[in-house]
Amino acid sequence: MVESSRTGSRVRERRLSQGMRQTELARAVGISPSYLNLIEHNRRRIGGKTLLDLAAALEVEPALLSEGAEATLIAGLREVLEHRETPEDAVEGIEEFATRFPGWAELVVEVFRDQQGLETTVKALTDRLAHDPHLADSLHEVLSVVTAIRSTAAILADTRSLEAEWQQRFHRNINEDSQRLAEGAEALVKYLDAAPEAETSMKLPQDELEAFVEAHDYHFPAIETGGADAIEEVLQADGTLRSATALKLAQDLLQLYAEDARRVPLEPLVGAVGDTGVSPQDLAARFGVDPARMLRRLAALPAHVTGPTGLVGCDGSGAITLHKPLEGFEVPRMTGACPLWPLFRVLGQPGAPMRARLRHAGRDDPAVVAMAASQTVQPVRFNEPPLLRAYMLVIPHDGADHADPAEEVGKSCRVCPRQACHARREPSVVKDGF
Amino acid sequence: MGKTVLLIEDEPNIIEAVSFILSRDGWQVKTHSNGHDAMEAIRRTAPQLVILDVMLPGRSGFDILGEMRADDALAEMPVLMLTARGQTKDREFAERAGASRFMTKPFSNADVLDAVRGLVES
Repeated sequence: MVESSRTGSRVRERRLSQGMRQTELARAVGISPSYLNLIEHNRRRIGGKTLLDLAAALEVEPALLSEGAEATLIAGLREVLEHRETPEDAVEGIEEFATRFPGWAELVVEVFRDQQGLETTVKALTDRLAHDPHLADSLHEVLSVVTAIRSTAAILADTRSLEAEWQQRFHRNINEDSQRLAEGAEALVKYLDAAPEAETSMKLPQDELEAFVEAHDYHFPAIETGGADAIEEVLQADGTLRSATALKLAQDLLQLYAEDARRVPLEPLVGAVGDTGVSPQDLAARFGVDPARMLRRLAALPAHVTGPTGLVGCDGSGAITLHKPLEGFEVPRMTGACPLWPLFRVLGQPGAPMRARLRHAGRDDPAVVAMAASQTVQPVRFNEPPLLRAYMLVIPHDGADHADPAEEVGKSCRVCPRQACHARREPSVVKDGF
Repeated sequence: MGKTVLLIEDEPNIIEAVSFILSRDGWQVKTHSNGHDAMEAIRRTAPQLVILDVMLPGRSGFDILGEMRADDALAEMPVLMLTARGQTKDREFAERAGASRFMTKPFSNADVLDAVRGLVES
């Protein structure tokens, strides 16, 4: 993949900063110096064992080599590509662009985000005209009165020799109607002025929620000790949530969090993880909760207990409802994600959790372990098909297991290089260069 | 016997104005102002033409039109629909429901007369 071709440059930078010679490093990882030279000049793509070995020898996280500090930026740019018909050279130049012109790249991503926010606002306003019953009623009222006035005025103006009685009557009607019209127009203006929540930010509520989850690393000590009563306190102390919609989303999320924390209290869970490790199956059984709840609960533990974890939640339509990001496992924001993810597969097998080792296709990202389970939305009603939600816990895969290679999945179709994929729903803008 | 038109509309001053211009044009105008028992009024009056507002208290004009078209005795009766929302969606809806003609508020008196004359002639 051309887009990941700067891994070599990072190896070189890291080696030089460690004061290590090329021959030294090559010997340490068991490759020839000339091969290392090719790698360092981005002439050979590396991944898998070589990458891990180099990272170990350079005493650095593999992810830092495969994706540098500009990783977030690149992820943002990829997202832009997902929403645009993009010329191929733009796709290929993405990493170089982010590295050489980080300021410009950031601007592109920012402009794109602003535009998405505006699109949502426009859509909300359009919906409003079509679906807001109050607005429709007000307009109907105003138009009705205008019709009456127009018709009456025309009669007064056009009818020659109108009887005095009729004339009086129509004058009175016009007078009445003009008052109603004035009131109606005023009410309408007031309504339009006051409406919709004057949001200070153009970000999508879902973006705000994700930023909120990320800022707290999906761990809320106040709720761990104070339960649901502490929700208001957490929300008030938080400065990232601006829009009323995002606030509501966060409230729902924290309700669920509080319930999870009540059913599986922090201290016993930390102790149990010490015994079994991050094993949702054993832990769910031990605490008598369903696996989906345990997955969420494990994602809520601080990193010093479980190591880094990511969490993705979705509803039955596949819409992402909850996302705690994990570096190296990207989740698309607006477009649908890859249907091969266990997250979506468990929607089709309620009650049967799934565990898989995954790797994003065509990327140098390290493999992850993904564990997913679905859960029925309570309350369950008789004779109604259950509503499902699914959750997927993602943790880095420690150690390379070459005997059992990770399954390749995509991020979303538009940026996925897997060519022959039976799950593909639209063509990719990425051509696999290898 | 004069031609009878039944005007089903809930805005009193529209009723008055439209009644006036249609009676000046030689029509006998009957009026009705709610949706609940509009069907009864139509059957009782047996007009040559119905002018039907879409937004009526009690029942929507589309509903009433639908029932008329399903009734053999009323299926052919010309119906002029009135609505305040001139959206294409409403127009399509009215056409599908079987309206003979469609008029958007605010209309002019001349529009009303043209529409009514046109419907009776055809």
